[in-house]
Amino acid sequence: MSAVLELRAVSKTYLDGADEVHALRKVDLTVQPGKMVAVMGPSGSGKSTLLTIAGALETPTAGEVLVAGRPLAAMSRDDRARLRRRVIGYVFQDFNLLPGLTAAENVALPLELDGLSAGKARAAGLRALAELDLADRASRFPDQLSGGERQRVAIARAVVGDRRLVLADEPTGALDSANGEAVMRLILTACKGGVGAVVVTHDAQLASWADRVVFIRDGRIVDRTAPRPGPDSLLAEEAAR
Amino acid sequence: MSIRHALLALLSEGPKYGLQLREEFEARTGEVWPLNVGQVYTTLQRLERDGLVESDDDADPGPQKGFRITAEGAGELAGWLRTPPDLASPPRDELVMKVLIAVRLPGVDVHEVIQSHRRYLVELMQQWTRLKEEEGDLDLGLALVVDAELYRLDSVVRWLDMADGRLKRATLEPPAPTGEPVLRLRRRAGVRR
Repeated sequence: MSAVLELRAVSKTYLDGADEVHALRKVDLTVQPGKMVAVMGPSGSGKSTLLTIAGALETPTAGEVLVAGRPLAAMSRDDRARLRRRVIGYVFQDFNLLPGLTAAENVALPLELDGLSAGKARAAGLRALAELDLADRASRFPDQLSGGERQRVAIARAVVGDRRLVLADEPTGALDSANGEAVMRLILTACKGGVGAVVVTHDAQLASWADRVVFIRDGRIVDRTAPRPGPDSLLAEEAAR
Repeated sequence: MSIRHALLALLSEGPKYGLQLREEFEARTGEVWPLNVGQVYTTLQRLERDGLVESDDDADPGPQKGFRITAEGAGELAGWLRTPPDLASPPRDELVMKVLIAVRLPGVDVHEVIQSHRRYLVELMQQWTRLKEEEGDLDLGLALVVDAELYRLDSVVRWLDMADGRLKRATLEPPAPTGEPVLRLRRRAGVRR
């Protein structure tokens, strides 16, 4: 199976007055279906830029981005917009739910925007909510939900339909640790269902849910964890002490 | 881990045989703190000598001998539970030492040193997290230990992040040279006492 996301020597340079700011420098990153990759770095390291470029929300200054095997640069604006609605799901720190829509309507929105009939979109939305144990919250408005529930609705919206890639920027930012853990478990469940996920965070506890962690500094990937061993090795190591 | 107090805790639930104590001790903590069999029996012997437990007869402490906690033992257990461990004096932390030395060593990139430790810690945390992930209904005791380990490792990563940022700022705006930082800290700690 081909990678759901591939960044090849991606660079991004901004002009800040007369100064050139190198937000990303020759970043290579591949995410396979079913895998979660965490990107860890301090603020200003370029990790959010990496996510907006991977999500086709910004274009790189140099390098190539492929989503589900298709190079973004070769796509028309309309095709890119369709890709953003159909293939990529986004989870933001502040949930970004529309306050005037119910949970079910929020989740169904990307499918409706994509031209699916209201009825079919709603049915898919309810299915996604049910999978995240939120069926009984479907007709509530965001301000009638707890912070943890709002973020779960946002995740349902990110995985609804036939998404292949989930991009999350500090997805547990405002949540307490129990709700934060629940959010990571949901993203992991989505991965087990076959999507690839990139989670950007400065929090090592969140990053440790990922299959692979890459470390970013000053726009460069400076290090990455070894492939994740199973828990048995840990217990064996403890037992040997 | 205090085997002494763990055994007193098991006996505070009711009288038990030596073998039973060993099995229950292992069931509750064995996965994380494996114990050799002999330790249970020698500890019981000492507890009896100190009057904290009583046994049925004068036989050697072994699998078939029954034990119960004394009033003194219950008092000892209650006191131990509420006695704070010594967290007041900073431990001699090897990682802190390595970073302090790396800062001063010419030709060593301290950020690279910090990153190699950060990566190792995150890899360890991934293993602990995987334990949580794969055993949804993790035994309560083990779940608590896993949380404790994750928070402990996380605090070290946070310190490394903080140190990384502090050193980066210090390179951009070097502080006025002062004396030996470790000595200054020791002197200040001395004043506090």
